[in-house]
Amino acid sequence: MAHFEKASSITEWLDQRLAITTVKKVMALEYWIPKNINFLWAMGMVLAFTFALLTISGIFLLMYYQPNVDTAFDSVNYTIMSEVGFGWLWRHIHGVAASVVFLVIYIHMFTGIYYGSYKKGREMIWLSGMLLFVVFSAEAFSGYMLPWGQMSYWAGMVITNLFEGFSPDIAGGIMNAPGLVEWIRGDYVPGQAFLSRFFMLHVLLLPLVIMGLIGLHFAALRIPHVNNQDGEEFDYQEAAKLYKEGKTKESKVIPFQPVFLSKDVFVLGVYLIFFFYLVFYHFNFAMDPVNFDPADGLKTPAHIYPEWYFLWSYEILRPFPKDPGLIAFGFAQVAFFLLPFLDKSDTVAPANRRGLFKYWFWIMIVDMIVLTVMGKLPPTGIWNHIGLVAAVVFIALFVALPWVTKNENRA
Amino acid sequence: MSNRRDFMGIALGGFTALAGGIPALYAMKRSWDPLPSVKAAGFTEVDLTTIPENELMTEKWRGKPIFILKKSADMPQDPRDVIAGGARYHVSIGLCTHLGCIPAYFPGEKKFKCACHGGEFDASGKNTFGPPPKPLVIPPFKVDGNKIVLGEAGPEYLEMQKSGIA
Repeated sequence: MAHFEKASSITEWLDQRLAITTVKKVMALEYWIPKNINFLWAMGMVLAFTFALLTISGIFLLMYYQPNVDTAFDSVNYTIMSEVGFGWLWRHIHGVAASVVFLVIYIHMFTGIYYGSYKKGREMIWLSGMLLFVVFSAEAFSGYMLPWGQMSYWAGMVITNLFEGFSPDIAGGIMNAPGLVEWIRGDYVPGQAFLSRFFMLHVLLLPLVIMGLIGLHFAALRIPHVNNQDGEEFDYQEAAKLYKEGKTKESKVIPFQPVFLSKDVFVLGVYLIFFFYLVFYHFNFAMDPVNFDPADGLKTPAHIYPEWYFLWSYEILRPFPKDPGLIAFGFAQVAFFLLPFLDKSDTVAPANRRGLFKYWFWIMIVDMIVLTVMGKLPPTGIWNHIGLVAAVVFIALFVALPWVTKNENRA
Repeated sequence: MSNRRDFMGIALGGFTALAGGIPALYAMKRSWDPLPSVKAAGFTEVDLTTIPENELMTEKWRGKPIFILKKSADMPQDPRDVIAGGARYHVSIGLCTHLGCIPAYFPGEKKFKCACHGGEFDASGKNTFGPPPKPLVIPPFKVDGNKIVLGEAGPEYLEMQKSGIA
């Protein structure tokens, strides 16, 4: 057994047993962040905080929510909303955060794309981040089932039907999976088995996976370090040495705590004003009126559309016939994962200094916005045509990316 | 030494995967299967005598809506029609073959239209417009005089299945 001296303070006692001083040094006091960054570098912490808000509000909702097809709707819309003290607060925080978290994820993602923070050693940061995006999507979808309203039921019906696969006459039916949809649902239609298992996924399995992935995402940052506004490569050890010698002005880095965190907290503060403004005064945008009708398996709502953050990929599915639509949709789901491998340029720099990639980036942003708007409009007439063009442009952008970026290496 | 250690590692890993992993995965898969009680509750009897012509009746079978449409004399006949008591009926699972929304019936146009993605079907349930890849699905049925039993495959249904209609 190791030898322990009598400790003279609680800190020393803990330090002897858990090395808290070293942990604090490695994780915060001497975790170096480049100086040359802007407010967009605070989005990671904004996301972590929003996830904490979702977890805490979720715990309180969990105390009164009933995962039963007969009582789920009332347990949310009656018990939680009008009986439980401050139940409305948890529900509105949970609903607004579920929507806003995707807004911040998209900002975080597009920041990474704009500054080239997904390549040259940062691939694992990008891939773990994209995995987080996928699991967050599954988390959002499974949570959307729980109030068991009309939109819950029919979104559940439509999305699980995607797993039917291709039409049975394609390639002798090998791409068709009979029975898979019923297996996922545990019934012929979304019912009790479906609600219970999506409840389990939402409150246990998926949050566990998310927490693990957040750990991986943070760990992936340590070796390549976070990118900066110019994509500049510099010696972190040397910069850290300068800082520790007191030459903080000459050094290119700042410690995570307290310097970076103090700026981070400011951005977080601005964000939280916006967030709680939505929670208290504008929560309705996150509450679809159709979902205030209880689920009815014999009546489809006039229009079925997903929440705003899924509209772009929904619009890539919709304008095509079934089988090509599924292929296009599948491609849209993995396209962003491929980014580090489709980008053939060695340059890590903001998009506006990268030749053709500048145009690629802004066309991609505009196309995603067009897809999002079209996804909300009914699929008729001119809207259907614009949606089809935007979907084709999205696929073409990713197919063209290697050629768009290849020339950069020559210059 | 290291070879023996590797062997022990591979043996332990292999045994765990074979004896523990695969059975565990199988058990997990089976736990997600629809329950026997869900599978068993699957027969619905419908009396056709009171149905008016060209007016859609919706029944519920295995949680799904079933369309029953009595055809009038001016509506085109189709091999997909179910004949019972001398009258022709269109019988199908009322879920769009694209992604499973419920199409609505428009008696004036004699068409089913799906609001979700704009698909259309004629009065025989055949897809005529939009993303649906195939006609509305005919459920297993058995004609019993003026009644029809859903969930049980009668000779007419088996005949349709053989010719690829159902």
